[in-house]
Amino acid sequence: MPGRIALAVAALAAWCPPAAIAAETLAIRGDVLHTMAGPPIADGVVVIGDGTITAVGPAATTPVPEGAKIVRGAFVTPGLVDAHSVVGLAGYLNQPQDQDQLDTGEAIQPELRAVDAYNPQERLIEWLRGFGVTTVHTGHAPGALVAGQTMVVKLAGASVEEATLVPAAMVAVTLGDAARPASDADGKKSPGTRSKAVAMLRAQLVKGQEYLRKRGLADETKRPDRDLRLEAVARVLARDWPLLVTADRAADIASALRIAEEFNVRIVLDSAAEAYLLVDRIKAAGVPVVVHPTMRRSGGGGETENLSFETAATLRKAGIPIALQSGYESYVPKTRVVLFEAGLAAAHGLSFEQALAAITIDAARIIGVADRVGSLEVGKDGDVAIYDGDPFEYTTHCTGVVIDGRPVSNGPR
Amino acid sequence: MCGRRNAADNRGVPTLRATLLLMMFVLAGGTGARAEAIAFLGGRVIPIGRPEIDCGAVVVRDGRIVAVGAAETTDVPPDAERIDTRGQVVMPGLVDTHSHVGGGQGGDGSGPVQPDVRILDSINVRDAGFRKCLAGGLTTLNIMPGSGHLASGQTVYVKLRRAGTIDELLYRDADGRPLGGLKMANGTNSQKDPPFPGTRGKSAALVRQKFVQALAYRDKLARAAGDPEKAPDRDLELESLVEVLDKRRIVHHHCHRADDILTVLRLREEFGFDAVLHHVSEAWKVAPQIAKSGVGCSVIVLDSPGGKIEAADFSLVNGAALEQAGVPCALHTDDPVTDSRLFLRTAALAVRAGMSREKALESVTLAGARMLGLGDRVGSLDAGKDADIVVLSGDPLSVHTKVLRTYVEGRKAFDREAPEDRLFAVGGFGASRDQQAEPCCIGPARGTTR
Repeated sequence: MPGRIALAVAALAAWCPPAAIAAETLAIRGDVLHTMAGPPIADGVVVIGDGTITAVGPAATTPVPEGAKIVRGAFVTPGLVDAHSVVGLAGYLNQPQDQDQLDTGEAIQPELRAVDAYNPQERLIEWLRGFGVTTVHTGHAPGALVAGQTMVVKLAGASVEEATLVPAAMVAVTLGDAARPASDADGKKSPGTRSKAVAMLRAQLVKGQEYLRKRGLADETKRPDRDLRLEAVARVLARDWPLLVTADRAADIASALRIAEEFNVRIVLDSAAEAYLLVDRIKAAGVPVVVHPTMRRSGGGGETENLSFETAATLRKAGIPIALQSGYESYVPKTRVVLFEAGLAAAHGLSFEQALAAITIDAARIIGVADRVGSLEVGKDGDVAIYDGDPFEYTTHCTGVVIDGRPVSNGPR
Repeated sequence: MCGRRNAADNRGVPTLRATLLLMMFVLAGGTGARAEAIAFLGGRVIPIGRPEIDCGAVVVRDGRIVAVGAAETTDVPPDAERIDTRGQVVMPGLVDTHSHVGGGQGGDGSGPVQPDVRILDSINVRDAGFRKCLAGGLTTLNIMPGSGHLASGQTVYVKLRRAGTIDELLYRDADGRPLGGLKMANGTNSQKDPPFPGTRGKSAALVRQKFVQALAYRDKLARAAGDPEKAPDRDLELESLVEVLDKRRIVHHHCHRADDILTVLRLREEFGFDAVLHHVSEAWKVAPQIAKSGVGCSVIVLDSPGGKIEAADFSLVNGAALEQAGVPCALHTDDPVTDSRLFLRTAALAVRAGMSREKALESVTLAGARMLGLGDRVGSLDAGKDADIVVLSGDPLSVHTKVLRTYVEGRKAFDREAPEDRLFAVGGFGASRDQQAEPCCIGPARGTTR
């Protein structure tokens, strides 16, 4: 890795959150405990000390330390993981001053960092947390060919530094209608077609390859100046950061796979309304899919007109890694809740465990944080959601949420 | 009779049905026969407005409900097609008080008050959205123009018959005139550059001025007493508002913020029209004042607050707060804001936030029907009402429950087992394409999909 890029990595590493401030020992006991690391445990308990899970198992055989605070619930799961959102960047008021998810000044801006825009005080964060969501992959939104970077946050902490789990996770790419500038009048005419969009993206990746090559030249005087945009592209080419490619039409999904193959970059397909038409190709490419919100709108003749409530199940059945998401909403509601999206997917072909995995451990794997969150296992972060019944039923309530061992919501919601 | 079906039962049913069909064929004198009567037997019946019946019967004849009761005690006509609904739930077709399905448009950019514009002149009944509505168990809609005007036009109440023209979907009054309300709005959506209002005060003033004109127009008409020499020139805008003043046309008023809600109540007090308050994001802040006015609310349930400033304080507790205050409460989809296929989910989320099950189910059926002035025709399973019926796979408030079949006036309009209908229920390739026109009143025999 070229020296300056290594420096950049070191700088970004500084964003990682400080060790959790000591929290009291917590024991959460559930009539049913879904660890997502084995079969559900009847009358199970998860013990959290100093923000980290120290024990999980049947209440009868799992010792709970003296003085631990005991919380009881009917249904206990890992804190939910939302595999793609824009919360914290796209504010709830939906006014120009709180919309930081998309800059349309240029078509390709992979240098835009999510950490520079994430607002941990945004009201929708508290809203999502109230339903049991504890980790979110958020950042720049679909709507530009390359919109910027994404990040992974915990839905806690007063500052972005405290909230950050991964400061730069992926680079958001959009293929299809949405990648085209809204207006020709302001002079931003490209990309005007799908072919142009792919050509521009390929050209940028080629530039990144050239940048990497020249930055490695033995003669220092011949190395190009540092360039933030090309540094970000280099991280993609180095397979450090996947491209999160939002593509709904089958043709655009195919374009994404073509680019991934040509440049040997990692991609995660996002939304992918027509993914069911390309199951074999997606599977062969080994690409995970963050399926559109199950309830995403299909009317209006847009690119999602062919979406199906059953897509998550279709892909999962084929063995393609999937996760669910709350997605980006341009109007009301300003965010969806991934719990509800998973519930409807569970009603349309996913098993209960598969649907829960799509918003816990499977989501954590796809966004690269499965070593920290997504399941209730010793050594992982003490992130827990508690419900008074089947979490997917509409009339169930979330009665408690814990992040890093600290109660952050008492519900019921 | 009751309980779950089993394989043995299923084997028995076709035999019985075949016998009945043969009887009907003979009775009808040969070709073109179709069942005049249908009986839904053995399911859990949720009539709305009275207790649920564990093992119920709903009997339909000629598109109307003729009997609802316990299966054991309800007479089933010998010629009735018997539909086994054991293990299923039977409830009235859902009534959506606020929908935008069909791509209809109201007023244009020429001005903020356009009560003469009729949305029925612009609805595409081939829109796949109508099929999705049936897949969600909806049978009656109030299709509304948008909220970008103080008065954006006349709404239309439609019955989701499978038909090719809007005229075949209309609810009509005794004189055959299409029924609908008037869509009005206040708050920010209708504020823009002149001639539109720039403030809330201006918005109210423009509306009041127009109603004052309508009062004068009505007075002139009354004074003319039918004498064409004295009558004022006919004015479609004022005519529509006179219908509102005469309580022959209900105002369906978009409003979110508490102060906007109170402004509608103030205008209503001044001019004496019938109104339903729609969306009402901040109803929970002024529930007692709404209760005092006697006005009903049609509430939206969203997955989050925000998306616009006025919905910043949206709360899921609106349904519960209004129920507690004694305010008549319906729910709506505002499709495409929420998906018509998931209308029952809206009721379930209201229950999550504290509304009673009974009132929540009423809010997607009878309460909405009453707010459209159709409470005597639809919204509950009662003898004499239209046979708009939904058969569900399970409890209406469960995420796992599916709409199995939807009947409109006794005619099956959606059947989840039919692949072309299932496409609209779950989505997939082509699920949003315009549908072929279907001629009214010929073709599908009752009990079949096409």
